[in-house]
Amino acid sequence: MKVRVKSHWPPGHIRTPAYLRGKIGQIERRIGLFNNPEDSAYRQDGPQRELVRVRFHMADIWGARAERGEDVIEAEIYAHWLEPV
Amino acid sequence: MPHDHHDHSHEGLSPSGHPYRADNDTDLSYWQVMEIALRELLIEKGHLSAAQIHAQINAMDSRSPANGARVVARAWVDPEFKAALLADAGEASRAMGFDIGPMHLIALENTDKVHNVVVCTLCSCYPRNLLGLPPDWYKSRAYRSRTVIEPRKVLSEFGLNLPEQMQVRVHDSTADMRYIVIPAQPEDSFGLCEEALAAWVTRDSMIGVGLPSAPQ
Repeated sequence: MKVRVKSHWPPGHIRTPAYLRGKIGQIERRIGLFNNPEDSAYRQDGPQRELVRVRFHMADIWGARAERGEDVIEAEIYAHWLEPV
Repeated sequence: MPHDHHDHSHEGLSPSGHPYRADNDTDLSYWQVMEIALRELLIEKGHLSAAQIHAQINAMDSRSPANGARVVARAWVDPEFKAALLADAGEASRAMGFDIGPMHLIALENTDKVHNVVVCTLCSCYPRNLLGLPPDWYKSRAYRSRTVIEPRKVLSEFGLNLPEQMQVRVHDSTADMRYIVIPAQPEDSFGLCEEALAAWVTRDSMIGVGLPSAPQ
């Protein structure tokens, strides 16, 4: 399934790397529910969030500057940062 | 450093010509003070003892890449264990007897088509509960930023030149999972027993910046 990482820039303890925001990837696997660091960093009891591993092609992240476009980066992204493409 | 001429200053160097390590007589940082305050309060209120804290420090210091090497060696000789490791590396490591606490671990298998390498761009997440403390370079800004931009160049600086047709998979430890690479078993090691194989598995090969090699 194809997803796009939201291009949001809120303040706080965010574990969605800046270089992946706005980028499109493919869901590699779903890992399960975890505490949301955006809440727990400030001792807030927010809802748990689904954590998803997303696979991105280098070409979709770095464009023509990519070393080799078919190489990939995989990262864990909380589901509330993902939107369907 | 040559010691047989004295036309330069030896100030700041030991008699054998090495720089002295700076003494730690500077002020404590804010966070160092906070750590000491928290630790002393926990002890004072009876939640923990100094001996318990020290025992945990010793337990972490005693973890080493040798633990991960045993996991990899078993995966090389035991297909059922390898399947369990790829399904849930945390559970498989616990089943082998390693106390890795609540760590969530994912094993990444290198093949003749795929090479995996692990980085944490946001901080320095590392499977410490299995492999012990990370190497200093793993925490450097250079490794953390360059590995996602130019992994092949970074790997070549580690002496690892991958064929163009092999896919590089960079794994950014952004959240709750930790990663261990299961390197491909070198052909020269086929037929060896599990214990002998563990000596082939280097720390760097489990991070993905090196390959297993015959013990020196």
